[in-house]
Amino acid sequence: MAATPLKNRHVLGWLMALPLSVVLLAFLIAPIVMIAIVSFWGATEFSIYPAFQFDNYEFLFGSPVTYKVFGATLKYALITWALTLAIGFTVAYFLAFHVRSLTMQIALFLVCTIPFWTSNIIRMISWIPFLGRNGIANQTLISWGVIDEPLEWLLYSDFSVILAFVHLYTLFMVVPIFNTMMRIDKSLLEAARDNGANGFQTLVHVILPLTKPGIMIGTIFVVTLVMGDFITVRFMSGSQRANVGRLISNDIALLQYPSAAATAVVLLCTVLIVIAILLRFVNIRKEL
Amino acid sequence: MAKPKVGYTRRSLLKAGGAAVAATTLPAPMLWAQDTKDIVLRQFGTGVSNLNDVAKKVKEDLGFTLEMTALDSDSVTQRAATQPDSFDIADIEYWICKKVWPTGNLQAMDTSKIANYDKIVGIFRSGKLTPDSEIAQGTAPHTVGFVDGPGGTSFADEETGWMTLIPTIYNADTLGIRPDLIGRPIETWAELLNPEFKGKASILDISSIGIMDMAMVCEAMGEIQYGDKGNMTRDEIDKTMAIFTEAKQNGQFRAFWKTFDESVNLMASGEVVIQSMWSPAITAVKSRGIPCVYQPLKEGYRSWGGGIGLSSSLSGMELDAAYDYINWYLSGWVGGYLMRQGYYSAVPETSKDFMTENEWGYWFEGKEATDVITSPTGDKLAEAGEVRDGGSFYDRMGSVACWNAVMDENQYMVRKWNEFIAA
Repeated sequence: MAATPLKNRHVLGWLMALPLSVVLLAFLIAPIVMIAIVSFWGATEFSIYPAFQFDNYEFLFGSPVTYKVFGATLKYALITWALTLAIGFTVAYFLAFHVRSLTMQIALFLVCTIPFWTSNIIRMISWIPFLGRNGIANQTLISWGVIDEPLEWLLYSDFSVILAFVHLYTLFMVVPIFNTMMRIDKSLLEAARDNGANGFQTLVHVILPLTKPGIMIGTIFVVTLVMGDFITVRFMSGSQRANVGRLISNDIALLQYPSAAATAVVLLCTVLIVIAILLRFVNIRKEL
Repeated sequence: MAKPKVGYTRRSLLKAGGAAVAATTLPAPMLWAQDTKDIVLRQFGTGVSNLNDVAKKVKEDLGFTLEMTALDSDSVTQRAATQPDSFDIADIEYWICKKVWPTGNLQAMDTSKIANYDKIVGIFRSGKLTPDSEIAQGTAPHTVGFVDGPGGTSFADEETGWMTLIPTIYNADTLGIRPDLIGRPIETWAELLNPEFKGKASILDISSIGIMDMAMVCEAMGEIQYGDKGNMTRDEIDKTMAIFTEAKQNGQFRAFWKTFDESVNLMASGEVVIQSMWSPAITAVKSRGIPCVYQPLKEGYRSWGGGIGLSSSLSGMELDAAYDYINWYLSGWVGGYLMRQGYYSAVPETSKDFMTENEWGYWFEGKEATDVITSPTGDKLAEAGEVRDGGSFYDRMGSVACWNAVMDENQYMVRKWNEFIAA
């Protein structure tokens, strides 16, 4: 008799997990499996045919361009991460510890989200007239007498790409860090003070360790967003620079779906490895 | 039926009941004519000639409905090759036809049913604009314009009476420049890589067209002698890419463009002073009051042409309607509309009736405009006294150096192109 309720409980448990499993299976697992399968297919100029061949991977790993492009992608991710972290941490610290009233905190936090009320393509493209050869930035600098000739590297360069990335993704760093900072018990800071720690020591030994999960979540957001991006790199570099996303989008435009799928699989693995490494440092789950 | 057609049978059954059944067994002309308005032809193609004004005019003049879908040239190729049941009429470029024809998704057209066939410009028939012109390199339209018979799969060398595409629109492309920022005459394609324009040049990031512009430049520089620019060897592709990769790494290019708007913005903002460009983009820059010239160059133009192809599953009444549409297309109204945008019509003489004398003189004959020239949508394109860049139809189309092409080594070229962009 005791077995029946137990069994029922199992059935019930499975049933409750079913909707989510189905959704994940249909919209996450199935597409990825599909991409992995297609990556072994062959392509002619206007069609793809089922096959099991390693041509796509062979070409991918055989081309020096691939390594260069993956290198560039990691470089963008690393620099963007460092800058968004520095800015995001500072902003979150200011909001969490310097602003005292909760109303003010919420108000200022909302102010941070204002840029997100427009599409990110628009936020990105609006940099172009600003940074251009005859743009506002160059004209202002010239009128101040700082420079004589317009700065060419402001637009269509790595600089402009990273600037756009930082602009687009800093908020993804601010939000999780702010969130964890708000949950730090204020009495810990007082205790640090009482024990003679100065502001900097408190920051390094108390706040920073306690904020790690937030930093990690923000890091995962930023790294995955930057590594998967293609449109920012295309617009801000004037198609002059490439990252993995652009490699994939070029392949798709030229109807080389299997080759695009192979690149996507390699990119997916790279991102998963990066995240796995990150998770070794911090146990996010414990902190959620 | 592979393709449920427009609900012709279904709808007329609902409407006329048994009468329609009788009609299918004993087709009475009256009923056919009445049903024309139920016909829907689905056309897709690049944005250049997929104009809503055309669909509207078709409804007015011919009675049936034309549904238009505009796509970029890569998607057009893909759709024509992989989804034959998704369209009735394909409005594609000749080089796309070369790729797509072997799939058997298009059917050849009987030229005896084309009223104005004899008046179609020589380029699309014998390949020669005038009896003594030379045929340019690349995928020249007449080389993929004919097949041996209704079911022919390989292209014929001469006029056979069975056409793959009925030509509709074409033009000669060259470099666009900002004369005010360059301040000296530009005469050759080689100027694109002139270090004088370091960081101020651009080229388009569409491989099949970009490679041809590159070839024009490399040949003009005297660096490479091509056997056939439209069908390069691997070695020629490598050399071409090497020259451009070096230029790219030296900072010759400000940016590459992929869409029409990007090319307009690059030019209008002064980021770029010399670049590959399309004719209407020049017009768009000019309409902002910024000087911009579609510079004729001594090596000649890179030309392109488009035409209408019929889906192989088109038959019966829809096929007749499609022929009506083609005949209407060549009868002048569309030609006039396109020519007033700076393109050319396959049968220019019929378009003349739909243009003013001033417009005809400016666009076709290369004469000074006697009055303001406006586009079909009303934008001012030129003042009285201005002359079209490059001159008359025969001056421009007579100095075509190569046609947009698809090469035997296309896949290799595409990979190299990808490397060039990433370099």
